[in-house]
Amino acid sequence: MEKYYQPEVETASVEELRKMQSERLVNQVKNVWENVPFYKNKMIEAGLTPDDIKSVDDLHKLPFITKDDLRDCYPYGLLARPLKDCVRIQSTSGTTGRRVVAFYTQHDIDLWEECCARAITAVGGTNEDVCHVSYGYGLFTGGPGLNGGSHKVGCLTLPMSSGNTDRQIQFMTDLGSTILCCTPSYAAYLGESIQERGLRDKIKLKAGIFGAEAWTEEMRHDIEEKLGIKAYDIYGLTEISGPGVSFECSEQTGMHVNEDHFIPEIINPKTGEVLPEGEKGELVFTSITKEAFPLLRYRTRDICVLSRKKCSCGRTLIKMAKPMGRSDDMLIVKGVNVFPSQIETVLLNKGYPANYQIIVDRVNYSDTIEVQVEMTPEMFSDDMKVVSAKEKELVDALKAMLGIYAKVTLVAPKTIARSEGKAVRVIDKRNLYK
Amino acid sequence: MAVKQISVFIENKAGSLAKLTEVLSANNINMRALSVAESEDFGIIRLIVDNVYDTVTVLKDEGYVSSVKDVLAVALTDEPGSLSKVLAVLGENNINIDYMYAFTANKPGTANMIVRVEDNKKAGDVLKANGISEIGEEDLTKM
Repeated sequence: MEKYYQPEVETASVEELRKMQSERLVNQVKNVWENVPFYKNKMIEAGLTPDDIKSVDDLHKLPFITKDDLRDCYPYGLLARPLKDCVRIQSTSGTTGRRVVAFYTQHDIDLWEECCARAITAVGGTNEDVCHVSYGYGLFTGGPGLNGGSHKVGCLTLPMSSGNTDRQIQFMTDLGSTILCCTPSYAAYLGESIQERGLRDKIKLKAGIFGAEAWTEEMRHDIEEKLGIKAYDIYGLTEISGPGVSFECSEQTGMHVNEDHFIPEIINPKTGEVLPEGEKGELVFTSITKEAFPLLRYRTRDICVLSRKKCSCGRTLIKMAKPMGRSDDMLIVKGVNVFPSQIETVLLNKGYPANYQIIVDRVNYSDTIEVQVEMTPEMFSDDMKVVSAKEKELVDALKAMLGIYAKVTLVAPKTIARSEGKAVRVIDKRNLYK
Repeated sequence: MAVKQISVFIENKAGSLAKLTEVLSANNINMRALSVAESEDFGIIRLIVDNVYDTVTVLKDEGYVSSVKDVLAVALTDEPGSLSKVLAVLGENNINIDYMYAFTANKPGTANMIVRVEDNKKAGDVLKANGISEIGEEDLTKM
């Protein structure tokens, strides 16, 4: 028997949903017009006033907002509520170093956690469960989001955070974790570690909610087999709230979008034109209920498809496919957003030439990122200590910029492949989008 | 006095050193000494050659990153204890050695050391005061 966290929304008729969306959109547009000069100016430029937005049918008239806009408005430019009403900040990386900071009122935290609670309930979670959250905690939304959702459902919540696999497995066996939340690559790694230790019989896991990075069906089967669970996908982004923007149900054929809070659209990334349901394009979200940091028509750069096809789980919320790629050059490494431009910024700041190559791979279920830099006479010395110290300095600067370790490899001059004079910047060996 | 040492960057990959020595050989450059310092992904090759100018030009033409550095060269009598004496003198005078390597030439009974220190002049003076003589660029050409 399928369980829902908020059945009145999750199984509402399409008409009810649209009515709800229209009312909320109209209010949100008024809200940003009155409280966020950035939106007001953009609307004026587009020849719009709030009166032009009467229902979801008018959504397409609104201008888009992009990650570059978020960067330009950093930190308070998009705030729609006074800071005294905000209770939380979460953050993710921006395109060129300046981070994206998202603000939340208590209302915003609640709706985000409710979205995560829907996801946990959809995988069978109840107050009888022990929910083991191995996403990172802190500025990253993974840990806090699922943690909050788990509380709302009433699960016994284990805020493990990431890393320390031995302790993860010990808590899992000793405390009987039943639902695991982490990145799919860490789930696969945990599965392998549990098998190696011969502890498969000692764990009580039944389901896992895995997101923050792309994964294939093959990986799903691998995780399900290793851990003896059902593995479910979850999608989200800090700009919109965090994990739980959409979530998978028992059918495991795409993720239901919490469209009572976030209206999805698919557009042609080149022209901006809205595409009909079922066509592949760039996913755009409008947050219609958020108070502090509402985004109208935010371009996610994820390439995706939406489908309103009837789902066997009984939910009527529209479904999105797993993202099939990106319309920009963003990479997701260990669940962290990485832009080649961030790496280029570090190299140029440190006086290195812009001849570099980024190699992303997945070794033993864990993402690796390597930055190859061509050696120059300025960097070179007869003394290994000097060269190694420069290499280390670069590694530290990349870590500070990206938030994750990137291996630096110094290579011989002119060895990085160039096509038509411009270097091929990224080699992603993971083949995640099939 | 000091002699000129050429350092060359190569990747830590099978065949890279062979390629470098082929380039030198093809250009008729003779090596007096060679030493390798390696990290996980690259190596620094240090060379003492008969013709510094030609070597640097050839390396540049072939796309190598290289640098030239003055290093100390000393001749030792080929007998037990002679290196110890040099090291003791440097140590007593608080001169730290970054790296060193040895080579022999066609002069029987003599071993040669290349020593990389911060201050060549100071190290040279200290050695001289203790009766240890440096080899200069001219001595090398004669080898």
